[in-house]
Amino acid sequence: MSTEKRPDSAPGRARDRSSGTIATYTAGLGLALALTAGSFLVGKTGLFWPPGLPVGLAVLAIAQMGVHLVFFLHISTGADNTNNVLALAFGVLIVSLVVGGSLWIMMHLNANMMPAAAAAEMMH
Amino acid sequence: MSNASTDGELIGMPALETPGEIAGPGAQGPASVEIVVAYGFWIFLLSDIIMFSALFASYAVLSGETAGGPTGRELFDLRRAAIETLCLLFSSYACGLGSLAIDRRRLRAFYPCAALTFLLGATFLGLEITEFAGMVAAGAGPTRSAFLSAFFALVGLHGVHVSIGLIWLVFMVAQVAAQGPRDYVLRRLHCFSLFWHALDIIWIALLTLVYLMGSHS
Repeated sequence: MSTEKRPDSAPGRARDRSSGTIATYTAGLGLALALTAGSFLVGKTGLFWPPGLPVGLAVLAIAQMGVHLVFFLHISTGADNTNNVLALAFGVLIVSLVVGGSLWIMMHLNANMMPAAAAAEMMH
Repeated sequence: MSNASTDGELIGMPALETPGEIAGPGAQGPASVEIVVAYGFWIFLLSDIIMFSALFASYAVLSGETAGGPTGRELFDLRRAAIETLCLLFSSYACGLGSLAIDRRRLRAFYPCAALTFLLGATFLGLEITEFAGMVAAGAGPTRSAFLSAFFALVGLHGVHVSIGLIWLVFMVAQVAAQGPRDYVLRRLHCFSLFWHALDIIWIALLTLVYLMGSHS
């Protein structure tokens, strides 16, 4: 094996000084703390229109996951990161299919389910 | 066969006479062990997250099915959830600083970071165990309702992951102490820090779906 520098980079790799320093970890921690504090506060203060609260919380959570991916796991848009990003994209696809699909199907099932009282009446 | 065979010939490509002539990923031959190991572990983490997604889906579907028992709003303590979140975030930060230290072969900075990572993770685990014990003692165990079964499965599995991570961390510190910062020890430590950071991502989803949405619904 030659010892020349390889073009690919591994997820979370901090050996290369450009992909991780104390400053980037601290910035990530600060952003994560701010977003977490935000999610706790919007629920407490009624800052959001109540029916929109779950959506607001989900947006804050996804933003924080992005912060973790970029600052702690060092996923970037660089050409050397293509493999990692592709694997991540596939993971996100499967997760959204499983979670979104389950919710979609189960809500339709609930909506189409006959109420218990009506079902009991039909038995007679 | 002489020693003339190079990386390029091994994979059926002409050897690179002038580096830089062929551009793009893979142009310089197979990736280093370090890259391959971390990429494989990344695939494992993504599959672990997919396993969690099934439990997230079942929790989301079952969160209203309390069977007349206690609801999330009555059970969840947001102050405890906030402290747990802080423990995990700072544990992850300490783990990141530890991996920076070990990558620069600074053992004297690595050990305190690893100890802090462990202590904060153990604090999280202790808080979670007391929460579970309190719920079971109050008659809100996993057998009470479909909501609670889904809750204990989802939050409990995250707790199991944290426990495994703590045991792993102890083994890794022992390896560093016994064998020094060798390449394979660093690769394993690198996988550990990926694991530890990924658990944070799962906890954020869990905190939002279970605790925050459950307390405000």
